[in-house]
Amino acid sequence: MVMTAHKAEAATAQGGAPELIKAVPVRHPGRWVGAAVILLLVALGIQSLATNPQFHWETVALYILDVNVVRGVGWTLLLTVLSMVLAIVLAVLLAVMRQSDNPIFRWSSWVWVWFFRGTPVYTQLLFWGLVTVLYPTMSLGIPFGPALVTWVLEDPTRGFIPAVLGLGLNESAYLAEIFRAGLKSVDKGQAEAAEALGMSRGKIMWRIILPQAMRVIVPPTGNETIGMLKTTSLVLAVPFTLDLTFVTNSLANRTYLPIPLLIVAATWYLVITSILMVGQHYIEKHYGKGIESGAPPVNPAAAKAAAAGTAPTGTAPTGVEPGEAIPGGPTVTGKDIEESGR
Amino acid sequence: MSAPAQPKPAVVDGRRDTKELVRIEGVHKYFGDHHVLRGIDMTVRQGEVAVLIGPSGSGKSTLLRCINHLETISAGRIFVDDELIGYHERGGKLHELHLKEIARQRRNIGMVFQRFNLFGHKTAVENVMEAPVQVKGQGKAAARRRALELLDRVGLSERAYHYPAQLSGGQQQRVAIARALAMDPELMLFDEPTSALDPELVGDVLNVMKDLARSGMTMVVVTHEIGFAREVGDTLTFMDGGVVVESGHPREVIANPQHERTKGFLSRVL
Repeated sequence: MVMTAHKAEAATAQGGAPELIKAVPVRHPGRWVGAAVILLLVALGIQSLATNPQFHWETVALYILDVNVVRGVGWTLLLTVLSMVLAIVLAVLLAVMRQSDNPIFRWSSWVWVWFFRGTPVYTQLLFWGLVTVLYPTMSLGIPFGPALVTWVLEDPTRGFIPAVLGLGLNESAYLAEIFRAGLKSVDKGQAEAAEALGMSRGKIMWRIILPQAMRVIVPPTGNETIGMLKTTSLVLAVPFTLDLTFVTNSLANRTYLPIPLLIVAATWYLVITSILMVGQHYIEKHYGKGIESGAPPVNPAAAKAAAAGTAPTGTAPTGVEPGEAIPGGPTVTGKDIEESGR
Repeated sequence: MSAPAQPKPAVVDGRRDTKELVRIEGVHKYFGDHHVLRGIDMTVRQGEVAVLIGPSGSGKSTLLRCINHLETISAGRIFVDDELIGYHERGGKLHELHLKEIARQRRNIGMVFQRFNLFGHKTAVENVMEAPVQVKGQGKAAARRRALELLDRVGLSERAYHYPAQLSGGQQQRVAIARALAMDPELMLFDEPTSALDPELVGDVLNVMKDLARSGMTMVVVTHEIGFAREVGDTLTFMDGGVVVESGHPREVIANPQHERTKGFLSRVL
């Protein structure tokens, strides 16, 4: 080993570059066969989609941008976003409660997860729908005192709040477990270091633990969001009848053409999912910072400093000034060691 | 027990004539049934470098962690700058301090960990700025300026915008020292700061610590680096089995250990 290394070094030192290996790659005929089979099946599928008149593409074209359908998309999106926001807020709370020193907090968090994860979301939606029968108006005010704000829940949007509650509370149970796993994934030393610096409990959670837990939390939460997008189709249980699935189903019943309207719904779900996936990609990138080792320094000043070569440490005038947002542009000079001595 | 017993000075000769910054009195610590610290008395004067050595499991790291209340003590008292750590004594009774009060006490005590524990999602300069901004409420621009000075002081100004994962262990540990210094602590605790480092990176960290010691910082250092103890230590304390076996001036203890256990340990690490 040492000998060959020396030889190679000697070769390069003499100006002769080493002869690079150009080996004949191993052939993989199986891969070609597999690829051919898949391409053939895809071609067959496309041909069938294009030529089978039962797909009624003209009906798809007619309804894909239909006012009711687009409104349905809007309601579905609103349901997804609001119920996920509700679920995330509850899940953070539940996950933190689960780690609390207070046994009542731990216990109630556990019971919540047990209940909402243990009953079907469809059942929960039915229940929340019946709650509007019990409470046709919603008020915000002092408990047992006067109401400050009152909503009268009207048809057909009456089902909206129960739908968001049903979806959000159910989801919070799943997300709480995801958040708990995320919080646990952060090394205990992080909290200890922050404690040693005198940071408060709340700041340690928000500024140190959660941002690093997000790396673990985001991918499954993206998964859950996409799942939620499709779970919204169950809100007819409430009943809430303005979402994409209900609208396209009723159009299908009216036109006696279920297949093209299923295609309409599927297309819209795919479009929204694709957009959500793009969003997830950027969120992951944001929370992944500092983790992908070997990634170049983000700050241009640092890049410049790195490009300037590796000056012996401590003596460098440093390359911090260009990208720095310090008003007055102070130069960081080699402060002498005695500076903080007493 | 209400009047704190005058701690018996471990060494009289050669010690600074400054005030006692750390006073550890009869400290015991149990982890369940495990009696980890069995009555520790120790003082560290302002400006001193106190080095703690001993085999693993001797309780030296636990003792260090008790000084900033990362571990609670089971008996005894720890004072830093004449302030009882972690408790409030009123009417002959100890009351646990509120978390906020404990956090306030810790601001005065910097700590450097064996595993660095840099905040992974923050760059070096952000790590150093975090506590001054979030705890002291310092302005970001001023905190950044000071952070860059500190990073320069530990020889890492060019690495200011690197994330911890992009730094070597030795560089991470120097950032961690800068992070602790940013709070302008009166006392610095080092918990085996070089034990997780590759041998060739140990020197850089020790040099930063030596500079810090020469600048007059009071330091309590748990380490296996006997050379460091000999060069910059003012006191050397050898612990074993949860007790202080021997304590004195480092050169004397190293050259002329009085106890068999000290002799045995030193012969193994030297």
